[in-house]
Amino acid sequence: MTVKQLSVFVENRAGRLSTITRLLGDNGINIRAMSIADTKDFGILRLIVNDSEKALEVLKANSYAVTCTNVLALRLSDKPGGLADAMTCLYKDNISVEYMYAAFISETEETAYLILRTDKTDEAVTALTEGGFKLVSDEEMRSL
Amino acid sequence: MEDQKLYRDKEHECMSREEMKALQSKKLVAQVKHVWDNVPYYRKKMEEMGVSPDDIKSVDDLHKLPFLSKADLRDAYPKGLLAVPQSECVRIQSTSGTTGKRVVAFYTQNDVDMWEECVARAIVAAGGTNEDVCQVAYGYGLFTGGAGLHGGSHKVGCLTLPMSSGNTERQIQFMQDLGATILCCTPSYAAYIGEVVKEMGLKPEDLPLKAGIFGAEPWTEEMRQEIEKSLGIKAYDIYGLTELSGPGVAFECSEQSGMHINEDHFIAEIINPETGEVLPDGTKGELVFTSIDKEAFPLLRYRTRDICVLSRKKCSCGRTLVKMAKPMGRSDDMLIIKGVNVFPSQIESVLIKMSNATPNYQIVVDRVGTTDTFEILVEISDDMFSDTIKTYEELQKKISQDIKSVLGIRAKIKLVEPKSIPRSEGKAVRVIDRRKLV
Ligand SMILES: [Zn+2]
Repeated sequence: MTVKQLSVFVENRAGRLSTITRLLGDNGINIRAMSIADTKDFGILRLIVNDSEKALEVLKANSYAVTCTNVLALRLSDKPGGLADAMTCLYKDNISVEYMYAAFISETEETAYLILRTDKTDEAVTALTEGGFKLVSDEEMRSL
Repeated sequence: MEDQKLYRDKEHECMSREEMKALQSKKLVAQVKHVWDNVPYYRKKMEEMGVSPDDIKSVDDLHKLPFLSKADLRDAYPKGLLAVPQSECVRIQSTSGTTGKRVVAFYTQNDVDMWEECVARAIVAAGGTNEDVCQVAYGYGLFTGGAGLHGGSHKVGCLTLPMSSGNTERQIQFMQDLGATILCCTPSYAAYIGEVVKEMGLKPEDLPLKAGIFGAEPWTEEMRQEIEKSLGIKAYDIYGLTELSGPGVAFECSEQSGMHINEDHFIAEIINPETGEVLPDGTKGELVFTSIDKEAFPLLRYRTRDICVLSRKKCSCGRTLVKMAKPMGRSDDMLIIKGVNVFPSQIESVLIKMSNATPNYQIVVDRVGTTDTFEILVEISDDMFSDTIKTYEELQKKISQDIKSVLGIRAKIKLVEPKSIPRSEGKAVRVIDRRKLV
């Protein structure tokens, strides 16, 4: 139960983000979640989109350095302590989070979506599922 | 007595034009014969052009001889241009570079003596006498900088401090403790020593130095002024190529405007690099040297790739030796960065290990103040792609370390997006040199 995340290498120079987002937009791809990790010279743009295969194809065709990784998309109830519960669940199984970021999508006021990458993807899926947390599949992400 | 302080060899340094021409002609005829008899590689070139030693009667016939280029040196590597039995050689020196591009020059004892005499002239022109303490902070080893200035310093009778480069605080300590009066190193290292002197809270007048002899890399007038100010010295330029002997082929005098070529050992010509046509004095073109009294490694009409101008204007120092301006650039692909010879192919050899694909990269050289900056842009290729910053940073670090171990100098590595380096006819533009000389 994972979703596909695209990671794009981007140099830190003006206009790079607008070029990439425009490219995806022009190809009918919706961005569901995104984050940037950066250093002085470059960054990695991480994207969850409605159609990862098409996005991958479009980015590669335009010579972007892009990789595809499996990450978790976690649905949380948007209330105090919701995130802490999920973290505790992972922590007790000795799983560490490499990074996480919030998604743009939200069906109701009560739910939030979080994108997570852990050191042990399969174990994290098991731990969270058994802990009663709701993970979103690629299929579901497409329709959200 | 006064003359001995001004010149190392007044007879040759102040020779009249006619006498010099006669001397050069005599030596050239003998040198051509020596090469013809002992270097089949060059003899074949002469035969292909239908030239024989009989055609060379004076320097006026020099233009009839075929050129030698760096490519010939590579073709003939390692011993194809050796003109004496190896048993008569006492030394080799070599330029830095990958094996394929390395130039190895051979010396007999006479060749070493001639070379060191040339350097001695440079030291005397910079005001050196046997009273001086000469600190040699050029690298020692295969590089001709250390060996050349060391030998010249001995000939002059200076107390020689064979420091080699690096360990700058110790350099300054020795300089002060032993009273070094002449510093010999690359100009960028001299500039760096100047910075360290300042950081240590010392003033130029705290140093016993009076002069510096700097070469092996291009440097500007602006840099000269900074070095002179920071070390409290007069800074003199010295020129040479390992292939020809090493530093000392030409040297600067008190006038500090161009370098006198040791014409009794090397004949200089300026040619049009496209056509090979010889150009008159005062015209910009490629500098070509002919050795006229070398034994082990004579080079006839060797194309240096240095773009330069010759001048026969009367010099205030009294020397009649022709002067060459600071070279304005190289038509070759070799770069000199921080005094080190850098071939793009060396960088390629490092990058090729990081990826299965042919690496695309660009070398960007600039100069900030008096120090060369050296940056390599590396386009990331498919098998380098990653989801984590850490992986890229490790890649950057690995490339940086490997470059340091191959070249001996550090480069800033910048990872860039695929296809982001401008292409020219499908090939990435390999070198951007923004250092402005003159
Ligand atoms: Zn002069």
